[in-house]
Amino acid sequence: MRRTATIPVAVLALCAGPAVAQQQAQQTLKIGFVSTFSGPVAAIGNDMKNAFELGLDHHGRKLGGLPVEVVYEDDQIKPDVGVQKTQKLIESDHVNFIVGYIWSNVMLASLKPLVDSKTMTIDANAGPSQLAGELCSPYVFSTSWQNDQTPAAVGLYMNQKGVKTAFLMGPNYAAGKDMLAGVKTTFKGQIVGEEYTRWPDQLDFSAELSKAREAKPDAIFVFYPGGAGIQFVTQYVQAGLKGQIPLYTAFTIDDLSLPRLKDLAIGIPGAQEWVGDLPNAANQKFVADYKAKYGVPPSFYGAQSYDAVSLIDSAVTAVKGDLSDKEGMRKEMEKAEFKSVRGNFKFGNNHIPIQNFYLQDAVKNADGSYALHTVATVVTDDQDRFHDRCPMK
Amino acid sequence: MQGASLSVGAPSPQPSPRWGEGVRTSKPDRGDVRHDDKSMLYFIEQFLNGIQLGMLLFLLAAGLTLIFGIMDLVNLAHGSLYMIGAYFAATFAEWTDSFVLGAIFAIVATLAVGMALEVIAMRRLYARSHLDHVLGTFGLLLFFNELVRLIWGPAGMTLSLPGEMLKAVEILPGLFYPVYRLVIIAVTLAVAFLLYALVMRTRLGMLIRAGASNREMVGALGVNIKLLYTMVFGLGAALAGFAGLMQAPILTVQIGMGENILILAFVVIIIGGIGSIRGAFVAALLVGLVDTVGRAFLPDLLHVYLSESAAASLGRALSSMMIYMVMALVLIVRPEGLFPAASK
Repeated sequence: MRRTATIPVAVLALCAGPAVAQQQAQQTLKIGFVSTFSGPVAAIGNDMKNAFELGLDHHGRKLGGLPVEVVYEDDQIKPDVGVQKTQKLIESDHVNFIVGYIWSNVMLASLKPLVDSKTMTIDANAGPSQLAGELCSPYVFSTSWQNDQTPAAVGLYMNQKGVKTAFLMGPNYAAGKDMLAGVKTTFKGQIVGEEYTRWPDQLDFSAELSKAREAKPDAIFVFYPGGAGIQFVTQYVQAGLKGQIPLYTAFTIDDLSLPRLKDLAIGIPGAQEWVGDLPNAANQKFVADYKAKYGVPPSFYGAQSYDAVSLIDSAVTAVKGDLSDKEGMRKEMEKAEFKSVRGNFKFGNNHIPIQNFYLQDAVKNADGSYALHTVATVVTDDQDRFHDRCPMK
Repeated sequence: MQGASLSVGAPSPQPSPRWGEGVRTSKPDRGDVRHDDKSMLYFIEQFLNGIQLGMLLFLLAAGLTLIFGIMDLVNLAHGSLYMIGAYFAATFAEWTDSFVLGAIFAIVATLAVGMALEVIAMRRLYARSHLDHVLGTFGLLLFFNELVRLIWGPAGMTLSLPGEMLKAVEILPGLFYPVYRLVIIAVTLAVAFLLYALVMRTRLGMLIRAGASNREMVGALGVNIKLLYTMVFGLGAALAGFAGLMQAPILTVQIGMGENILILAFVVIIIGGIGSIRGAFVAALLVGLVDTVGRAFLPDLLHVYLSESAAASLGRALSSMMIYMVMALVLIVRPEGLFPAASK
């Protein structure tokens, strides 16, 4: 008797479940945010969260007229944890948007549940080549770049500086491979050595730096994000290489590592799609308010997360708060009609920005603090080289 | 990248000339001629890297092996003391504006933290099983990580070196080596010698050795075993803190920095024989050399057969494995380790 009674109840509950969820969703906009909030690179996750919160403040804590609830989840830089947290956000929190993802390998692992559930996703940092190419998805947008683009810009600059031979180094994971492939697409000189180091736990680069010295290249190019960048640059200077072999970087010296590297970072060039001193009004407001609220300058990770807020706002506004209209939101987001802090950009067919890349340099301010500033534009309206492989047209 | 859209911004980046310094335009003599003598120097450099890692491991393992050998305590929180030493050093160096003063204050402070930790927490664990040790000290590890996050924030710190240590010296013709890594080798060798003298030549050392061989008998002979334990734990903590602060200028100061290296330190004390300082010394050098030399040469060897990235992955996997293979081999031949403290 009991058993037969439970079945209709279960069926009822199942029917009611989605309906209830949808009703709630119309009242609040639920956003899941996956980033790294623990361990040595928690500083990146905190910067992203701070910028995202500031973005919400600037929109009056409402996006497209809906009050916002954000659920922050920590991926611990682990792909397996990242995918679990993503599934939890989709299946038990029923979020409308998922934002974040610092690491390419975490993004790739989490992509399947995101795409399968057609969750509106804004990738605020990771730029794996697969996501730009064959794995592109109608509901996944990026406010960052494809991994190859930034090192490709650095490669162009190395050509200009007359570098004939280069030694490349990066961590052995999805992004490291993309970055080293990226610099090779534009650098015209000869690659005299290439080293992939264990990620994320290898922090001593002495063996690899010895190899670099022995190869006697004109320049060393590296990609070391987060704390690893601090370690790499410090060891490069300690090895006495700074005066001997110039260093060119991608995602190695940023606004988070600079206050700790201080003078060691001076004179080491890098490229980025966003720099704190870009002169557009949206950026000036973002940087000034971020400094006022948190006491430190934002990094490009924060800038990309801040842009994600505006992108969501544009989408939800366009569908007048009807979060079930994913097509409507997708079409609006493809226009990229919001004030990006990097200046205006367009989305490619694969939903990766077509944008400028700038040469940046570390400078010491009069008050003794350090900042990155824009030296020149290396490329304008650059599109990643994988967009042809994306089936979306 | 689209050729047409690649416009190099004007004015063309012609930043300060310092970026051009050292850029050599061509390398006509690149060839295999110089390869033989170069690779010898390269081997020596990697050998020094291995020694340097080994010496740091020794500092960490010495405290661990004393605590394990004498108190029979498995201390997973040893890596936390390594971390705290580095944070103290970074803080004190900032206050005093001196690396050396910061280091001295940090060692004293870590010693104090270690002794306090022993009195407050560790004492309660000695009589319990190893499983309780692991659980209790793992809890402490989490506690210290959160404590450091509360006090110093999540971003980590930097311990800057004085300018004269920020360069490389030519130790052999054509062989440049970072001054600071030479300092690490020299200072840790001195500490190893002092520790050896302390354990072998002083009354405290005699008690420590006696404690490692037979704890009950030392207690029965009327030695104040509680005080001895507190001192040994403090000494181990100071050594761990010292290792942490020596490593800090190379690897920066961050939460959880002691956790990976602690695993290596456990391997060292198992290979060396639990409770033996001499064993820890030999095993630390062995592990440091196997790790560094494997990392330097295995990928190149494999690259003959595999792609760069695959060779790097496999090479590194194999070189990390080599340490454990050495450990397994030692355990098969000498189950008590290379230099077991006198049999129990």
